[in-house]
Amino acid sequence: MPALDRDDVAHLARLSRLQLSDAELDHFGEQLDVILSAVARVAEVAADDVPPTTHAVPVVNVTRPDVIVACLPREDVLAGAPAAEDDRFRVPRILDEEEQ
Amino acid sequence: MTATTSEPLLTFEDAIATFDPVMGFEVHVELNTLTKMFCGCPTEFGAPPNTQVCPVCLGLPGALPVVNEKAVESAIRIGLALGCSIAEWSRFARKNYFYPDMPKDFQTSQYDEPIAVNGALAIVVPTEDGPRPVTVGIERAHMEEDTGKILHVGGATGRIHGADYSLIDYNRAGVPLIEIVTKPIEVEPALAPAVARAYVTELRELIVALGVSDAHMHQGSMRVDANVSLKPRGRVELGTRTETKNVNSIRSVERAVRFEIQRQAAVLQAGETIIQETRHFHESDGSTTSGRIKEEAEDYRYFPEPDLTPIVPESAWIERLRATLPEPPLKRRARIREEWGISEHEMQSLINAGALELVQQTVALGADSADARKWWTGEIARISNERGLDVAALPITPQDVHRIIMLTIEGSLNDKLARQVIEGVLAGEGNPDEVVVSRDLAVVSDDGALLEAIDTALAQQPDVAEKIRGGKVQAAGAIVGAVMQSTGGMADAARVRELILERVGDSLG
Repeated sequence: MPALDRDDVAHLARLSRLQLSDAELDHFGEQLDVILSAVARVAEVAADDVPPTTHAVPVVNVTRPDVIVACLPREDVLAGAPAAEDDRFRVPRILDEEEQ
Repeated sequence: MTATTSEPLLTFEDAIATFDPVMGFEVHVELNTLTKMFCGCPTEFGAPPNTQVCPVCLGLPGALPVVNEKAVESAIRIGLALGCSIAEWSRFARKNYFYPDMPKDFQTSQYDEPIAVNGALAIVVPTEDGPRPVTVGIERAHMEEDTGKILHVGGATGRIHGADYSLIDYNRAGVPLIEIVTKPIEVEPALAPAVARAYVTELRELIVALGVSDAHMHQGSMRVDANVSLKPRGRVELGTRTETKNVNSIRSVERAVRFEIQRQAAVLQAGETIIQETRHFHESDGSTTSGRIKEEAEDYRYFPEPDLTPIVPESAWIERLRATLPEPPLKRRARIREEWGISEHEMQSLINAGALELVQQTVALGADSADARKWWTGEIARISNERGLDVAALPITPQDVHRIIMLTIEGSLNDKLARQVIEGVLAGEGNPDEVVVSRDLAVVSDDGALLEAIDTALAQQPDVAEKIRGGKVQAAGAIVGAVMQSTGGMADAARVRELILERVGDSLG
């Protein structure tokens, strides 16, 4: 597993809108490397006869019927919002995101 | 900032003389399930903001999604109706992106294992040389969820540019969506915009026939993203494409494709390159303007959704769903043409006017198909053109039109008055009966009043009266005209003619 270089970490940080200093990029890069090499070790022991899986238990087709259940009261919904206005969540301008 | 683009355009004819357009469409269909894709919140359109949300669709920590079985059924039925193979094993994936329209910071979608792949939709494209059959390849149909609605506050136009902040309603977040993606469509260049329109029209009809969505483009329950690229004639590899979003009517799809062909041709002709980007369509002038530069696919960092189990449809289930498929629209139209006794050309103009369904619904209420077609493709289509709207977007229903037809058959309205009733209904003055009362539009059905007007007209035009007496029945037209004028158009012309002939006959006898 090739190690992440600083550009990779900077790219990931940008996608998550995290502003990181060069020192932080190096620091988190090292941490991510530890995680990736741990996963790589698992990949080493998984032979060809072991199918990839995303669940610990082999379950499929877990569904629910199309039946309405109670929603949250709006005051509870907005109580958790950092800011609200006109019964809506208020967020900072997203102009810069669109124009980059 | 105005919507108008200042970018140079080639004429459409010049553009297609040099370049071959390649199109692709991503159509999002909002399913009409009672509840959301992964939780039991209702999906009703137009509810007060943030009243149809719960911990799952708000992405609160620890909330676990569960798939709506009805939505999976609808997805499979759409896939089958498009001739797709239904995947034996299908999974959901997280599409990660940073934008506040999804409180989870990702959209649950499908990536490399969609529910339906590799189908086709047969369409008929109207051309100057008559209808032309075209087959549009379907790449895939997959399940995902809709996002919340963002309102941009501040700035001059309420648009994202210049906004001070934004307000979000998450009622729509999590509503089931099916995204239907075509394969690249390459057709005779001159036909490209018409093919775009015909594809969306046909797909919409199929979705409505399946009963899985109301597919109202003006309400956003069916949304079209149009991908367009150009390549110099004779080149094999595809050019860089743009993706035009916000195309919210069938008419706009055709306009957006035409505009992008003209714009891209001008860019390429000038020796410049097309930027891969999202573009916004503007209804006002049919232009597109640059939006955000498209993120590369891997930037979404898709990975399998660990909170949902794979969908592994049993073949018996698929066959049960296949048995519920409606008659394919092409077949259905052939049958309707037969029933109504109309030509393919008349059928095409009904479809182009977006009026087929409305006429059908009007006929289902008991109206004659010729009467229903006359009003929907005549006066109502004329007004929709004038306003630049689809017929279906006008505030008049098949019930209204049926009632107007019944009133004309009863003789309480003539065509001229019926047009005024339509005008009144469209102006929000109520249903046809209410408009008749409030505008005082009923025809003069009092024979006494009509006879009085007829006698006056006959007295004023003795030569015409003489001709009628002499057996020239068609001369009665002049008297009918005079009576219509003296009653301000509020008379039933057929009844007036009958009365004139009776009157003249009486005087003979």
